[in-house]
Amino acid sequence: MIAKLFSFKGGVKPDSHKDESATAPIRVAPLPSRLIIPLRQSARAMARCLVQPGRAVLKGEVIAAAEGPMCTAVHAPTSGTVRAIEPQPVPHPSGLPAPSIVIDPDGLDRWIEKQPFDYLATSALQTRDYLRDCGVVGLGGAGFPSHVKLGPGEKGIETLILNGAECEPWITCDDRLMRERADMILAGAAMMRHITGARRILVGIEDNKPQAVAAMRDAAQGLGDSAVEVIAVPTRYPAGGEKQLIRVLTGIEIPYGKLGTHFGVQCFNVGSAHAIYRAIAHGEPLISRVLTLSGNMAHPGNFEALIGTPISDLLPLAEPRTDTDRYLMGGPMMGVGLQSLDTPVTKGTNCILAGSPALFPPPPPEMPCIRCGECAKACPAELQPFELYWFSRAKIFGKAQEYSLFDCIECGCCSYVCPSRIPLVDYFRFAKGEIWAREKEKAAADLARERYEFRLAREEREKAEKAAKLAAKTAAGREKAAAAIAVAEKPATSPEEDAKKALIAAALERAKAQKEQAHPENVTDLTPEQQAEIAAIEGRRAEIREMAKPHLRQDD
Amino acid sequence: MNNSPYTLKPASVQSVMLRVLLALLPGIGAYVWFFGAAILVQIALASLTALAAEAAMLALRGKPLRPFLGDGSALVTAWLIALTFPSIAPWWLTVLGTLLAIVVAKHLYGGLGQNPFNPAMVAFALMIVAYPLLMSQWPRVDSTDFAVQWEAIFGNRQLLDAMTMATPLDALRTVLRDPEQRAMIGGILGGKATFGNVGGRGWEWIAAGYFLGGLYLLQQRIITWHLPVAFLAVLCAVSGAFALFDPDRFAGPGFQLFTGGAMLAAFFIITDPVSGATTPKGKLIFAAGAALLTWIIRSFGAYPDGIAFAVLLMNIAAPLIDMYTQPPVFGHKGKQEDSR
Repeated sequence: MIAKLFSFKGGVKPDSHKDESATAPIRVAPLPSRLIIPLRQSARAMARCLVQPGRAVLKGEVIAAAEGPMCTAVHAPTSGTVRAIEPQPVPHPSGLPAPSIVIDPDGLDRWIEKQPFDYLATSALQTRDYLRDCGVVGLGGAGFPSHVKLGPGEKGIETLILNGAECEPWITCDDRLMRERADMILAGAAMMRHITGARRILVGIEDNKPQAVAAMRDAAQGLGDSAVEVIAVPTRYPAGGEKQLIRVLTGIEIPYGKLGTHFGVQCFNVGSAHAIYRAIAHGEPLISRVLTLSGNMAHPGNFEALIGTPISDLLPLAEPRTDTDRYLMGGPMMGVGLQSLDTPVTKGTNCILAGSPALFPPPPPEMPCIRCGECAKACPAELQPFELYWFSRAKIFGKAQEYSLFDCIECGCCSYVCPSRIPLVDYFRFAKGEIWAREKEKAAADLARERYEFRLAREEREKAEKAAKLAAKTAAGREKAAAAIAVAEKPATSPEEDAKKALIAAALERAKAQKEQAHPENVTDLTPEQQAEIAAIEGRRAEIREMAKPHLRQDD
Repeated sequence: MNNSPYTLKPASVQSVMLRVLLALLPGIGAYVWFFGAAILVQIALASLTALAAEAAMLALRGKPLRPFLGDGSALVTAWLIALTFPSIAPWWLTVLGTLLAIVVAKHLYGGLGQNPFNPAMVAFALMIVAYPLLMSQWPRVDSTDFAVQWEAIFGNRQLLDAMTMATPLDALRTVLRDPEQRAMIGGILGGKATFGNVGGRGWEWIAAGYFLGGLYLLQQRIITWHLPVAFLAVLCAVSGAFALFDPDRFAGPGFQLFTGGAMLAAFFIITDPVSGATTPKGKLIFAAGAALLTWIIRSFGAYPDGIAFAVLLMNIAAPLIDMYTQPPVFGHKGKQEDSR
């Protein structure tokens, strides 16, 4: 057993509201009328679509392939027909639609031929590729590809942590999963241990879920594996934050910009372990997940829904009350307001929360900061939010970065405790966004400047070359003229000399022809398309030059 | 639609300020018990003036009245002014001090959250410089005749001599100024009529009341231990060391802690977050500096109690202290070079 738990600083204790949805077992959501599967998985990953509209697909069939290191494959969640590949609303704060595959289910739910994967007989690399092709990503919310996290990283993985803390209020999907499928979760964890070569597995569960702790402990005992420990951690938001849980269980603090593997630890959501088990033991790609429907609902509970199920199809299962005025995806501390109920369930959707004016009242008016320091006491990243607020508000972004703005995990603790009701996290999101935009702009300007400088250098070089050629040419011309004069001065011309002259003339002709060949004019005789292309390129160049101008001036 | 978090802890500036006022009550109770109800008149005067000035300034600045007038911060300033001014001061002195605090020290600097100096201490410092005599006429202990006190506040100050008396700090200063009496400091401090058990008759009980209120603020997590502990510890240490070194010239720690405004400063004045340091280490430095300056002014300065000047001087240093005492953030401990 672990001798002692560590503690993280800060954190808050909002009302947990777990009982509403935690009592009933997981129910399987009925097949929806259509499924919307987004192709974009993160800012850096977009799967390559493999199907065309009209194509019949089977449940579990690959419909989009992984492209790039941070991407995973996408599968048809049920059998049916591809209706369209078109932009659809996705759960993103921007509310912008993203390219998605829309499938009409045929109601038969016919599987592809499922084949277990013999991970014991294959290399870790091959198993990870298999998981990538099964579309396995972290189910805790961020959706980070599991095959990447299972890689050895810098120092390999010594300790595997399963995150069952589920610290956000209202959400109970991991709780129910642990109570009902503890064996599968731990079987998945054992597979992950084999892949990574980790020595031990620590399961962290907040102590407000005693049944889940008991179920997981029973399963661990059944496994007869002393290297698996199920640990109840004190209930305090955000104990389920990856860095906070790692800190509580191991004492290791992972700073911003570093990964768990730098320190020999890696943390996975319990749902991810369950998905890995299903992929390896049953050959089932990740096409469904358990999510909580709770909040202002008559019958809250947990449902196993297909990825791509529109939220509007799920809501009737829990019967939202009539005064519901909004829906959140995720919990009340870090969730995102849904702009459209056509938004589909994605792999990171752990909860749909119905809100009402009574449940989530609009925040009271913002008062000035009195520097009381409540936010600093609550900050699990140990920042000084009131200083960051000051710098973000005044747009002193350099100072904000100096005060470790990017270490902020946007957990919401500071806003939660602020007596002046300042939406601190909003200010930090704004500052981060501004800094990113400026960095992008700066990168573009740097590139433009590089290009500009390169062009200047090239023009210089060409000028020098031209001058050299001209000099050579005139030198040659003078010689020729001298020769011609010499010839002209000789009045008597012999046939020999005539022949010589002819030879010289021929040589001059050849040289001239050669010169013309050496300077092919590739800008004449262009097709209209080519001309348009050149015009477009010139346009972009001009644009980049414009963008670079202020920066160039600054540098002067 | 607002963004996450959607659920907020029930907290407000108002509830913070009201609890600070609540914490002042035990000290005020002791004040009334030993020195009469005049202090209540002063509190009422200061409160009314503060609210009126606050409302006028908010209107001039085009700010909404309701949230700001209701936040309670003007009342805290007013009460601190009333408690640091002599309770039998003429009414206009309190009104003038409060006006300066709210209009100049608070709103001209930008209002709530923006003032670099503690408004109550600005009022005290300005008034003691401008009206040193009025600011040092303190009520006699046990002279609690309210009618006489009322007269003194609102006009007739003829009877004043009979009802005033030097505060223990003043008495000590007089003794220390006189080389003949100086050798007898031990005996004088033992005089119960003025000096009571530790910090002056009556005054020590008021200080005990503030201490009680301070414990309540700590328990409510409105203040952290850093400021009061550092302030009292440094005041105790420096006065103790000098009293040991030269007991004939310096009063000991018991007297220093329980007299004048030491307790009020430790729990209610230096704990003003707006004008003070905010990092844990910064709070220790801020409080230690305030304590040291208080002791120096008390022992060597021209004014009997140096808290106002000590606090104002440290207010100037607070931003610098904060800048140099930023605590390391999560994951960057012990290797600050790559976190900054």
